[in-house]
Amino acid sequence: MRQWKIIAKEAMARASIIGKFLCLLHVTDAYVLSSNHVLGPSMLPTLNITGDVVLVEHLSHRLGKLGSGDLVLVRSPLDPKKTLTKRIVAMEGDKVTFSLDPTRSHSSRSLVVPKGHVWIQGDNLYVSRDSRHFGPLPYGLIEGKVFMRVWPPSSFGLLGE
Amino acid sequence: MGTPSILWSITKKCFTVGVITLTVSDLFASIVPVRGASMSPTFNPKTNSLFDSLSDDRVLVEKLCLRNYKFSHGDVIVFSSPNNHKEKHVKRIVGLPGDWVGTIYDVVHIPEGHCWVEGDNSASSLDSRSFGPVPLGLVKGRVTHVLWPPHRVGTVDRKTSQNRVSSSSSASKF
Repeated sequence: MRQWKIIAKEAMARASIIGKFLCLLHVTDAYVLSSNHVLGPSMLPTLNITGDVVLVEHLSHRLGKLGSGDLVLVRSPLDPKKTLTKRIVAMEGDKVTFSLDPTRSHSSRSLVVPKGHVWIQGDNLYVSRDSRHFGPLPYGLIEGKVFMRVWPPSSFGLLGE
Repeated sequence: MGTPSILWSITKKCFTVGVITLTVSDLFASIVPVRGASMSPTFNPKTNSLFDSLSDDRVLVEKLCLRNYKFSHGDVIVFSSPNNHKEKHVKRIVGLPGDWVGTIYDVVHIPEGHCWVEGDNSASSLDSRSFGPVPLGLVKGRVTHVLWPPHRVGTVDRKTSQNRVSSSSSASKF
């Protein structure tokens, strides 16, 4: 009987260490640093079409330290289960001029980014679906700032402009 | 002599408790106070002009719904305001993606990935009638129970208004 008690106690101690580690992992992943696998042609030539692994930091957007030119990971306004990687082109209050289809026409539209929103665009304007299609993005959908690429090893290094 | 190690162990304990609380409140459920009368009489039914924070309703917000973002008409949700990401609002979902919602002036189509929210107290509620459909990515949780004050403890029911919403989704349940 006493043996089971000792075994149960040790099992609880081990489980609590694992539980605490998983909680620490979640907090680091959500509030400090995480990695993300990015696919698709919308950010060429900055990011590859076949997929890169990038590091995302979750501090800047909480501290309000994001600005134009930053690469950000955002939750898609069209599908909350998907995340997109795009570049901030304009912050709230800025005026943004864009043309919906660079191949078709030279006509462009301008608007001012409303309060609490940002304007994001993919670096590859020809295939990217971004704020030019779904409008300004609420700041609350931003999940983090992409600052570094770790895979493929040939393109290891900091990202930014 | 022994004080640095006592301080260190207290710090470690606080850090551990903090990390565990943060994880549970992010992934499972948390308790939040509801300010304002926009969801009266469901929350804060007494319309005092001066709300002291002790008399605000406290509700249980579950986060498991954020795994697959499947909501139903009439769910009460907590979401970050589209105009100010630091503010959070509590409102009821009136329209889901694909629905047509009737407001006073026109009929609005809810785009993919968005929802239409309104407060139960239409007279004093800042909701989708002012800032439009809300992207589902801004939703932070679903309110399931009222936990304070004690005489109103209970589940928060779904309430739908069939006469204003034309739903295209066959998966809506209530």
